[in-house]
Amino acid sequence: MASQPDNASRRAFLRNSFMMIPAVSIAGGVSLTAEADEPAPNLSEYQPAFFNDEEWSFLLAACDRLIPGEAAGKGPGALDTNVPIFIDRQMDSPYGHADRWYMEGPFVLDGSPDLGFQYPYTPRDVYQKGIAMTQAYCQQQHGQRFEQLDGDTQDTVLQALEANEVDFASFGETQKLEASEFFSSLLANTKEGYLADPIHGGNKHMASWKMVGFPGARASYRDWVDQHNVEYPLGPVSLTGERG
Amino acid sequence: MAKQQPRVDAVIVGLGWTGSIMGMELTDAGLNVLALERGEDRTNEDLAYPKPADELQYGIRHTMMQKPKQAAVTIRRDLDERALPQRKLGAFLPGNGVGGAGAHWTGVLIRPTPTDLQLKTFADQAFGKGVLQDDMQIQDFGVSWDELEPHFTFFEKVCGQSGTTGNLNGQIQEGGDPFEGPRSEPYPLPALQDTQNTEMFEKAAKQLGYHPFPNPSANVSRAWTNPYGMQLGPCNYCGFCSRYGCLNYSKASPQTCILNALKQRSNFDYRTNANVTRVELAADGKTATGVTYVDNDGEEVFQPADMVILASYALNNVRLMLNSGIGQPYDPVARTGTVGRNYSYQVGGGIHCYFDDIEFNPFATAGATGKMFNDFSPGNFDSAQYGFIGGAKMHSSQASGTPIKTPLPKDAPSWGQGYKDALQKHYGHHMKLSMTGSVMSYRSNMLDLDPTWKDPYGMPLLRMTFDWKRNEHRLSAFMRDRLREIADVLQPDYRDESFNLEGSHFKVTSYVSTHNVGGAVMGTDPSTSAINRYLQSWDVHNVFVPGGNAFPQNFQSNPTDLIGALTYWSAKKIREEYLQNPGPLMSRA
Ligand SMILES: Cc1cc2nc3c(=O)[nH]c(=O)nc-3n(C[C@H](O)[C@H](O)[C@H](O)COP(=O)(O)OP(=O)(O)OC[C@H]3O[C@@H](n4cnc5c(N)ncnc54)[C@H](O)[C@@H]3O)c2cc1C
Ligand code: SF4
Repeated sequence: MASQPDNASRRAFLRNSFMMIPAVSIAGGVSLTAEADEPAPNLSEYQPAFFNDEEWSFLLAACDRLIPGEAAGKGPGALDTNVPIFIDRQMDSPYGHADRWYMEGPFVLDGSPDLGFQYPYTPRDVYQKGIAMTQAYCQQQHGQRFEQLDGDTQDTVLQALEANEVDFASFGETQKLEASEFFSSLLANTKEGYLADPIHGGNKHMASWKMVGFPGARASYRDWVDQHNVEYPLGPVSLTGERG
Repeated sequence: MAKQQPRVDAVIVGLGWTGSIMGMELTDAGLNVLALERGEDRTNEDLAYPKPADELQYGIRHTMMQKPKQAAVTIRRDLDERALPQRKLGAFLPGNGVGGAGAHWTGVLIRPTPTDLQLKTFADQAFGKGVLQDDMQIQDFGVSWDELEPHFTFFEKVCGQSGTTGNLNGQIQEGGDPFEGPRSEPYPLPALQDTQNTEMFEKAAKQLGYHPFPNPSANVSRAWTNPYGMQLGPCNYCGFCSRYGCLNYSKASPQTCILNALKQRSNFDYRTNANVTRVELAADGKTATGVTYVDNDGEEVFQPADMVILASYALNNVRLMLNSGIGQPYDPVARTGTVGRNYSYQVGGGIHCYFDDIEFNPFATAGATGKMFNDFSPGNFDSAQYGFIGGAKMHSSQASGTPIKTPLPKDAPSWGQGYKDALQKHYGHHMKLSMTGSVMSYRSNMLDLDPTWKDPYGMPLLRMTFDWKRNEHRLSAFMRDRLREIADVLQPDYRDESFNLEGSHFKVTSYVSTHNVGGAVMGTDPSTSAINRYLQSWDVHNVFVPGGNAFPQNFQSNPTDLIGALTYWSAKKIREEYLQNPGPLMSRA
């Protein structure tokens, strides 16, 4: 028969960990990655690791329309918060490489959309192909690249992508990648970069969290949970201990 | 020739909730036990603050969950559709790594009702001929409330279940669920704190004559020491709970409740990155000789064992049975075979309510935070007149308030200035009214092996055939009307809703729940169940299969309280009878 385990060392550990008040311990300098300790870069000085110059110009312009900046109204925009940097970094993450996905063939491309993503493409592929075909469409429709168009025209291009009115097949797509699939990846990643912890490269200085009133990684509200219908008074903290 | 390891008394496939429980019980009985877990090791220290507080990593990228690359499921809605692989996770998020889904579940720990366990008996009494669909295959569980009650009670103590007692030995208690089955002991701990949404929901529900009570929770409301001497600290409502590991030793999980105690036993061992591909059978096919797994170096290893416990989650358990030739695969046309039969799920739906001037502070919440009522579970209302069987738990829960997943009104722009305005206006000003509904079992909702796609080890993927049926559509429409009445009382500034109504089909792309059940169901009749009422394979007596796979159809409550109780129930029989006299615990006759 096995004896009852000895939990003494665990208890000692628990005594300490229950005392922990997260916001204080963050200020003590918890750090998850070295790079995140560096101040957030300026978008204008950032050298993308994945996107080439032309793709990068598209990404900057598209993000700016998807979540426009201060000039267009209250609150920061995608460019103010380094969203393109987030997307560039995601392309080199397991996500960008579809590391966790099932990517074995055969790829059946005529099934119901309710059965989910079936392309033989990683997110990296989707961006490269999607941007190239969108640029080809802009050239064909407007004789200019996307980033050269005025804001309203850019919006009509994005709307056409969203509504799947751009026929990628006519620009050389062979695996039935649809414009709406590209658009929805771009939009989802843009929102992620806007609202995720700054450790991932976007949400610079937690600006979007300040705008909506999300306290970030504080993760400790036992003293607050019974204060109903009262606005939470403290600003956000991030995973690396930045406070806003 | 595969590498071979020294024999053990029992090998457990998967180290989540059921594997950990079986590990504890079988080492208690003096067996040498080895658990094989396909994922990484994961200790409490790996979940230390602030690491889990990362929505992108855990809430969105599913870092703790099953990798489709390793084990995808192919899915179709009916027998004629071509099933396609679920290439990235969506509707359900099975666990991966030590702790399984138990390391990142929400922690609503609630019992089914006595009626749920005997639904077929209830249906025969309460429904006239022809009311229900004739392709329905519902069954009793084959185990009674009284038999399981002590095991619920024990598992709930292991988890430090927090809530308000509704029925203590038949006496109805104020504030709890008057419809719950009689409990032999009160909840171990008091309920979690209310939040703004639960306060509003409770008030409206009471006004309409319902009986709301706090969601039973495995996020503990107070410090708790469980029967294994493991200590949990009071939940701090961190807001990163459902899909996240707990950063505060407050969420019951295999880690916090069992594994640290189990790992100290000299007759227990476990290996990670050990992906079991099949159970090996003796030449006569009547007993298992052990399992084959692929280790971290991609090498095949044979692990001999006298007993095999499949504890790899409902879907994986069924797949392992099929890939190993344990039992007869279900054939939906001939209606023969049992392995893969009666796969089931849960149906969701709800109304999003937005209030411009109310602060919900949704980030200050525990995973299980919510209030619910059971007035619409089977037997508590007359659903026969509406032409459906089953029920729903009606609730307002608030599992987390992270911003990427925050809902916005359907007619708000999804990008541009309008999106930003909507985000600013509605974040933190929203609550949801939800129904979580039972799903019956049907001839064509089933599991088998996919004929085309394989995993990296060359084993066929599991194929799921599943769709919502008329019964679930009707149930959803009825519950929608009740939730609308609650919304009418609350009078939000804006609301929108989504339900699985007539004509709607199962979609794999957005999250429904990780309450996949059935496929290797328990019972007393070997022609309609793959395992007997002690979770023992009818065909290979030294294989036991604890998990949601045992449910002959699904009820409206979350599954894990019953999964835990059934695992203890099975372990008791193994300890008291099987080990003395290994062989079938029930005769096939
Ligand atoms: C986000 C989320 C929220 C949830 N919320 C709730 C809730 O509030 N209430 C509730 O009741 N339930 C909830 N659940 C469901 C709950 O987590 C499961 O019911 C429970 O964990 C099932 O226990 P199990 O032992 O069957 O599986 P698991 O706990 O998942 O453990 C199975 C283990 O087996 C391993 N495994 C699988 N295949 C193999 C193989 N071939 N070889 C080796 N190892 C293998 C897996 O990696 C995993 O670690 C939730 C689930 C999720 C994902
Ligand atoms: S809400 Fe509570 S139980 Fe859940 S992860 Fe946070 S501290 Fe743990």
